[in-house]
Amino acid sequence: MANLAQAIRLALHFGEENLGVTDIFGEDVGAPLGGVFTATQGLKTAWNTPLDERGIIGTALGIAYAGGKPVAEIQFCDYIYNVIDLLKLCGNVTWSSAGEYHVPMVLMTPVGSGIHGSMYHSHSFESIATHIQGWKIVMPSNPKDAYGLMLSAIAEPNPVLFLAPKALMRQKGAELIPGEPADEKTLHNMIDAPLGDRSDWQPNWPPVEDYRVAIGEAKIARAGTQLTVVTYGRMLPLSVNAAETLAKEGLDIEVIDLRTIYPFDLPMVKASVEKTGRLLVINEDTEVTNFGEHIIRKVLDEAFYSLEVKPELLAGLDVPGVGLAWGYEQNSVPQADDVLAAMRRLATERA
Amino acid sequence: MPATPWIAPALDAQLKIAIHDKMALGRATEEMMIRMMRTGHGYFWIGGPGEEGFNVPLGLLTKKGHGPDYDYLHLHYRSSATILAMGAEPINLLRQMRATATDPYSKGRNFVNHFAIKPWNVVPVTPTIETQYTTVIGTALVQQRHGGDGLSYVTGGDAGSAEGDFWTCMNWSTRPGRELPVLILVTQNEFGISTPANQTQNNLRLNERANGFGIRNACVDGNDPIASWHALVEAMEYVRHERKPYCLQANVSRLYGHSSSSGANRYDEPDCLGLYEQRLIRENLMTQAEIQAVWDKHNAQLAQDLQIVIAEPMPDKSHVLQHVWHEGPAGN
Ligand SMILES: Cc1ncc(C[n+]2csc(CCOP(=O)(O)OP(=O)(O)O)c2C)c(N)n1
Ligand SMILES: [Mg+2]
Repeated sequence: MANLAQAIRLALHFGEENLGVTDIFGEDVGAPLGGVFTATQGLKTAWNTPLDERGIIGTALGIAYAGGKPVAEIQFCDYIYNVIDLLKLCGNVTWSSAGEYHVPMVLMTPVGSGIHGSMYHSHSFESIATHIQGWKIVMPSNPKDAYGLMLSAIAEPNPVLFLAPKALMRQKGAELIPGEPADEKTLHNMIDAPLGDRSDWQPNWPPVEDYRVAIGEAKIARAGTQLTVVTYGRMLPLSVNAAETLAKEGLDIEVIDLRTIYPFDLPMVKASVEKTGRLLVINEDTEVTNFGEHIIRKVLDEAFYSLEVKPELLAGLDVPGVGLAWGYEQNSVPQADDVLAAMRRLATERA
Repeated sequence: MPATPWIAPALDAQLKIAIHDKMALGRATEEMMIRMMRTGHGYFWIGGPGEEGFNVPLGLLTKKGHGPDYDYLHLHYRSSATILAMGAEPINLLRQMRATATDPYSKGRNFVNHFAIKPWNVVPVTPTIETQYTTVIGTALVQQRHGGDGLSYVTGGDAGSAEGDFWTCMNWSTRPGRELPVLILVTQNEFGISTPANQTQNNLRLNERANGFGIRNACVDGNDPIASWHALVEAMEYVRHERKPYCLQANVSRLYGHSSSSGANRYDEPDCLGLYEQRLIRENLMTQAEIQAVWDKHNAQLAQDLQIVIAEPMPDKSHVLQHVWHEGPAGN
């Protein structure tokens, strides 16, 4: 089974061969490293840029203007802030030019905590990203979805922000990507660069196939009837685990993997809340002006009378950083026991 | 069909007269738009009166067309004369000034002189005064791979060149073995809105910054269209054939101040048009009467255009939802 980083790599390879990807670039994205998480190792159009995020985004937009299909990377989302006006430009070109130009580009960046990354390798970006109009925003929680979302992102004529939960980069999937060898050792030998000198190394790509996860389509990761949990990325496996644990207590919890953060699958969320009458949104971002608040507001607009108890958001603490000491991180970003406790409380709260 | 190679036309008498015609068209169009602002036929005005001496040669020397065989334009908001020299219809500038539904560049969404013309590789002009110096890298990169003699050029003001994007452009276009066909243009008018250059620039020759990157560079009197023509031909020949960057500064005037926010009143600075007309008369290329006829022709046409534009519809409120997303296939 491919891990999430390998899945991204396989998708980018498929994109180069079949979907017209012309450039995959960013800091340390090309040889020899192939990305700090190895997500771009061995790709034929991958190249290293100067250490200059503004140059990276401007170049991507220019390539898109000139008919190319760029996939750019910001090494960690924590370093994306000095390009906000360029992201705004990418998102407003189609509208401001009344459709004369559009921006088929993908921007990927690792997000979130869970790797002892401290101040500048732990933050989330989706809430700020949703304030930059004109972008679609996706975040997978498993390798197969990462593959399918990346292919959809590449094929999309609008800019897509692909958020990769960094704590899950080494997680293997439960399902094979179509065309992936069943044995993970075989896959490793085919596509992972050797340690040490790799100047003569070439990947041997497996014949991966076209598999898309449509942008805007969420997935019911676990079906249930008593509480709707809406989450994505790193919080998804924690939520599914908690739901399984609580099932032993007789609680039947539905977990929705949003997969696309914007535009999000409101019909699926609404249908689920109409069934369960309860909503818990979980993510890692800081809680003030958190995207989860928007999800709750839409549910209040569309399914208020289905709610039996007050909907809740479990999110990161509103502090300036995720600190290095484990206690800080545990107390800044929801952990497994916080997820479990919030789910139990909301599922059992008296209506 | 491969694009034909670019060759600079000979600067003969006919071309010198044509340059005047386009300069006058640029000025007349801008002055009409300033009047529109004053008479309630538009809101904000910003534009390029005072830069025609440089911008018209630039437009005439542009390899105009769509795709990497042709030049990509990443323009500053003072580029009206460049676009008009390329053949844009002045009525379309008036439409954007008035923010009509017929504005072909932004459908009433953006300020005047914010063009977007895909058939001519004019990428959307954006009010962020620095981002064009980074987007130009991307189009030039595509052209570098594509081959041919198309280049990407970027224009910006002197104050805006303080932004990191200016340095990004020089740095990315000189990576060893990966040099890019970028023509980096700066218009030096010694102001950024109200701030005089001597408070912010230690050397008014901004092109000399390019020395640090080994980029060939020059400075030209942008009030002199003949000197500008020759400087642009030299720069373009170099970029087109060497496939390496070049930085050219044009010293220009800002004849109506920064924008309508500062009143758009006429300032006493050298006027490229007046100077050029004296020269055309001196060199017996045009008479005063012929020059006057050029102005009369453009002014009459613009007056007619204005009547058309003020009768045209404004965008409907519901149009605000159009073009948020591109619905068709990907690819510009
Ligand atoms: C990134 C950015 N910062 C600030 C502004 C506001 N602003 C508009 S024009 C301008 C001055 C630009 O001066 P210069 O680059 O010399 O160009 P000029 O107007 O003189 O042609 C400023 C500060 C802006 N448009 N973009
Ligand atoms: Mg200036």
